[in-house]
Amino acid sequence: MTILKRSWQSWLALALVLAALATLPLLSAEAPIAYKPIRMFSIFVLTIGATVISLLPLPPVFVAVTLLVCAHFSTGLLISRLAGNEGMASTAFFFILAANWLLAWRCVSILSELRIRSRAIDSLLRLVIPAIFGAWILILWEAVTRGFGIPFIILPPPSAIGARLASSIPTLWADMQQTVFKAVIFGYVVGCASGFAVAILADRIAFFRRGLLPIANLMSALPIIGVAPIMVMWFGFDWQSKAAVVIVMTFFPMLVNTIAGLSAAGSMERDLMRSYASDYWQTLTKLRLPAAMPFIFNALKINSTLALIGAIVAEFFGTPIVGMGFRISTEIGRMNVDMVWAEITVAAFVGSIFYGVVTLGERALTFWHPSNRGG
Amino acid sequence: MGREKLIQHRIMPVAVIVLVIIAIWYVGAYFMNAPFQRDLDRRANVTSTAIEFLEKTMSQPKPTLPAPHQVASNVFENTFLRKVTSNRSLVYHAWVTLSSTAVGFTLGTLLGILIAVGIVHVKALDRSLMPWIIASQMVPILAIAPMVIVVLGAVNITGLLPKALISTYLSFFPVAVGMVKGLRSPELIQLDLMRTYNASVAQTFWKLRVPASVPFLFTSMKVAIAASLVGAIVGELPTGAVAGIGSKLLAGAYYSQTIDIWAALIAGSVLAALLVAIVALVGKLVERAMGAKPERSLG
Repeated sequence: MTILKRSWQSWLALALVLAALATLPLLSAEAPIAYKPIRMFSIFVLTIGATVISLLPLPPVFVAVTLLVCAHFSTGLLISRLAGNEGMASTAFFFILAANWLLAWRCVSILSELRIRSRAIDSLLRLVIPAIFGAWILILWEAVTRGFGIPFIILPPPSAIGARLASSIPTLWADMQQTVFKAVIFGYVVGCASGFAVAILADRIAFFRRGLLPIANLMSALPIIGVAPIMVMWFGFDWQSKAAVVIVMTFFPMLVNTIAGLSAAGSMERDLMRSYASDYWQTLTKLRLPAAMPFIFNALKINSTLALIGAIVAEFFGTPIVGMGFRISTEIGRMNVDMVWAEITVAAFVGSIFYGVVTLGERALTFWHPSNRGG
Repeated sequence: MGREKLIQHRIMPVAVIVLVIIAIWYVGAYFMNAPFQRDLDRRANVTSTAIEFLEKTMSQPKPTLPAPHQVASNVFENTFLRKVTSNRSLVYHAWVTLSSTAVGFTLGTLLGILIAVGIVHVKALDRSLMPWIIASQMVPILAIAPMVIVVLGAVNITGLLPKALISTYLSFFPVAVGMVKGLRSPELIQLDLMRTYNASVAQTFWKLRVPASVPFLFTSMKVAIAASLVGAIVGELPTGAVAGIGSKLLAGAYYSQTIDIWAALIAGSVLAALLVAIVALVGKLVERAMGAKPERSLG
């Protein structure tokens, strides 16, 4: 057996580090702020060290942790000096960045191959692995925008977006209050509740259901977002019109999914309820609604994204001077792209929290379902 | 199902509900347009009988809620009576939207399938990429569609491609998720059989996983094509109202041409229904050609 392991990522990383050494310096000669020798030395020592360790036959956990720490520390040293040096990165810079990226990839492969008994560590890994991937998207974004000197207007680097986000929290908070707390929450609750109520009604009256279901199925595939201008005309510029758009958008997915869910209970269980002489409402609340819960939560999840999109897009058609959609459309007009991205970050964050809350509710209410029981 | 039963259980209820909706629409049109009409009458010093007044509320040029027949005649006029190349023809606008929808849908489907194949075969991708694919849908990309268009326009990428990119983003997700499910749908016993045949990974993929995933592919493609149409329409909002159903909506909103807005909405809906129907039909034909049972369908 050979002493060195066969891992194409590590060998390629080694080649890239050597190529980087051959094509030094890291920044072109005109760069205003050069790297200090000690920083450059640490970058290379960390990357080369990590590469060598990943090639030796050591315990996988040790290798993974070393790669995680060294590759990312080296990358941090590398890109934190880019501000002020836009467009000055040389080939060596990208060689060593690519080497670090390959090492991170190797680290992720090792981590995903690990078989771990402990539940806590396993769930930690479930967070760490995607986090590495996400971090590298940001790192590459930062390195490419600053390294190649891409114009700020086209794509601002994430560090600039972060700075903008931190410096304009009051504005962002006001926008969020207008769009999320007023329009989205109200529209979401009313839309979902009315969709649910109509579904129960349709369940009670078979004729109504047969007529409604094909129409509702069709409606949920339609570009309902197009009603936004009409709603703005009817209900004015303030949040009421946005809430109306959200209601219309969330109504049909809820209706269709609830009707589908109400037929999910098996005939055996229904027969059992019949033999207990339970009436319609007892069967509904004790058997059919619990059985429909996975479908209902599916609709709630779909709607959490739809509601946010509906409210923001509706604001393009007219708003008071506050709101996420308003901010996006005016700041893009003023070419403040970093503010737009900050608003998008907030929107993505709010959307994820919204989705997360719905998922937690689902876990609590449908703990009996096979997909939540775990194996 | 017999023919009588089909009429009784399918067509009758739908027809009744559609009629009820149209009736509600007419009543709504009367009540929403009445205040403005009363205003007009008072200013012109006209006193009209109830029937005349009703007729007037149904024939305003810029009503708050246009009556169904106004929308229908607008759609008919702009679809069949105008030249296809005319700027007012709905067919022309629908075609513009359709072309970017089709490009975006194709790209999105290919991307989705590619991602799904990667996720099924590379474990590192499965554990690092899958959570981000789900998270990517939390970014209300539709809300920044206008920005994407403006920014790409600033680097001289204009026309069809930016809109198509938004459609791609919206449509790759359902396909990727559906295909991951589909490619993993073969049961363990079937995979074991492939192992006993000493089948390679590629052979297992082409002869077992791909055929098993086809129903999932078409189910998710139906969702994806509806999503790409929405993406194309919203993508047309900021292009300075040049062409497309989205620009028609925006122009209608600017000039308060309510009938035009409704007509554009109807055109978009018809387009969506047609596209979904086409995908469903192709799916059925492919499944039949592959020897699936005719009734089999996935929700």
